[in-house]
Amino acid sequence: MMTNLKTHEPRTDSRRERVTSTRDRPEMIRRRRRRALSRAFAHVGVIVVGLLMIYPLLWMVASSFKPQELIFSEPGLLPTEFTLDNFVSGWDAIGVPFGAFFLNSFLVAACAVVGNLFSCCFAAYAFARLEFRGKKILFASMLGTIMLPFHVVLVPQYIMFQSIDWTNTYLPLVVPKFLAVDAFFIFLMIQFIRGLPRELDDAATVDGCGPIAVFWRIILPLMRPAMAVAAVFTFIWTWNDFLTPLLYITDRNLFTVPIALNAFMDSTGASQWGPMFAMSVLSLLPLFVVFLLAQKQLLKGIATTGLK
Amino acid sequence: MVSHNEVSQTLAIDDREELPTRVSPPPVDPPRGRRRTKPSRWAPWLFLAPWCIGMLTITLGPMLASLFLSFTDYNLLGRLNWIGLDNYVRMLTDDERFVSSALVTMQYVLVSVPLQLAFALAIAVLLNTGLRALPFYRSVYYLPSLLGSSVAVALLWRQIFGSDGLVNQALQGLGFEGLPNWIATPEYALGTLIVLNVWTFGSPMIIFLAGLRQVPEDLYEAASVDGASWWRKFVSITLPMLSPVIFFNLVLQMINAFQAFTQAYVVSGGSGGPLDSTLFYTLYLYQQAFTNFNMGYASAMAWVLLIVIGLFTWLAFGTSKRWVFYAGEK
Repeated sequence: MMTNLKTHEPRTDSRRERVTSTRDRPEMIRRRRRRALSRAFAHVGVIVVGLLMIYPLLWMVASSFKPQELIFSEPGLLPTEFTLDNFVSGWDAIGVPFGAFFLNSFLVAACAVVGNLFSCCFAAYAFARLEFRGKKILFASMLGTIMLPFHVVLVPQYIMFQSIDWTNTYLPLVVPKFLAVDAFFIFLMIQFIRGLPRELDDAATVDGCGPIAVFWRIILPLMRPAMAVAAVFTFIWTWNDFLTPLLYITDRNLFTVPIALNAFMDSTGASQWGPMFAMSVLSLLPLFVVFLLAQKQLLKGIATTGLK
Repeated sequence: MVSHNEVSQTLAIDDREELPTRVSPPPVDPPRGRRRTKPSRWAPWLFLAPWCIGMLTITLGPMLASLFLSFTDYNLLGRLNWIGLDNYVRMLTDDERFVSSALVTMQYVLVSVPLQLAFALAIAVLLNTGLRALPFYRSVYYLPSLLGSSVAVALLWRQIFGSDGLVNQALQGLGFEGLPNWIATPEYALGTLIVLNVWTFGSPMIIFLAGLRQVPEDLYEAASVDGASWWRKFVSITLPMLSPVIFFNLVLQMINAFQAFTQAYVVSGGSGGPLDSTLFYTLYLYQQAFTNFNMGYASAMAWVLLIVIGLFTWLAFGTSKRWVFYAGEK
């Protein structure tokens, strides 16, 4: 669209040009030049805005390698003095080494991914392919929970998990995933299964497969793309999740990375930006790696379902 | 639909391996409907079991419980008393912080969502002009969306908009003086969070890009022949053809924005300050529930949030007939 910007000439001009054919060629050249110009203009715009967007992130990475006093005096990216001190002092800044928090976060995220894949595939298969009583109502209620704000269930969930002594364990973070609470993924997988040809199921049924065998041998192997999308997003969301661990984890040794960073902030105020940036950069690193490895799945997931 | 390409690719492999040997001599073709119904009574429930348990214990049960609690004065310690609508009445008549948190959230939603979508659409249109490095730029623009909900970025925001943060360093470089600490000034603090939300326009942008690719090229060609300007084409072709996607993004981002929590919590250190200027609705709910242990009151707030979100969604759907254009219809 932008390519056609300004190519439209005032009418009188173009008419005159059409009559005098000798001036056709310079006009075409001019037009092409304009088009190239507007395209270059769009390109420059895209680059400038992109740089502005990404600058804070780059600056945080750069700052994590700068000595503390330079962070506040140097808006540029290249550190004039390069140091790894921030990483060293940040690592042990709140008593427990950050390595423990990373392990905790990885453990929780891994369990969440496994749980979501396991439970959502099951439910999706039942909704997409099997017939049972009350299917319509159950399907509608499943869709309804997608839009349900988390806060509506927050308080009773907390009371419940607290009364069965699940605080300071990862169970409140992980068990719901095994019970297919993230209905978004069920929906995604249902859509995917509906796209698979029924003839495959039918053929297997003719060969004597029951619903379980059909799921295990036919559907599940074909669902890999949808499962990849669900896995990537579950990992990212769990890795970034702040509210749930904030509620249930108070023991420092069990902290996940987000609440550890928050505790870091609380305990030092704004006095230790360097070490804090260093740990922040490390905390974003797994997300960045996932982003690089699974870009295709990410973009597909967003474009088809609007996952964040 | 999730990528047909990939499905057909996987299918192609399976076709070669399994289908010819087993399926190709098909038995007499019975009517389709009958063939697949080989109902097993318990198999569906086996597959649904985890979801059913979760639905009952993690979602539906707590949902009803919070509705019940919202009519009580439960505070984790003492006995709970049925107090009827008192919580709801108190919210509207006797709680200034509730009103201010509702207003703050409303401002946040009404300002940041349209801005975010406008940016997303503008950049998507720019990117759709056939830049060769599209995948690269798309990734760059998406990155903030990916990282934006993390605590790390919220901490970064605290620094960037601090008194000697990146923004003020840049503005000083441009010759401005007497710059405020944006995070600590009540007039600007909410603005920094709005900027943060707008900054994460990458994921709606990707949805717009996918939508733009669906717009038939010949519409633009026809308009070009008629001498339509770039702006005219944008208004008369792009916007109407994209309106279902705009609608989808609007509903989605609105629901997200109503529930924003982490960024406000981290940027204000959990307080919603300065002067409650960043006290989001969800943050106030959190404080009521887990600082003051007013579980009943917090539950009532949660139900009000649910109703408000439902109302806005309904409103969006209700007005959508007037401005959302589905090319397939009529």
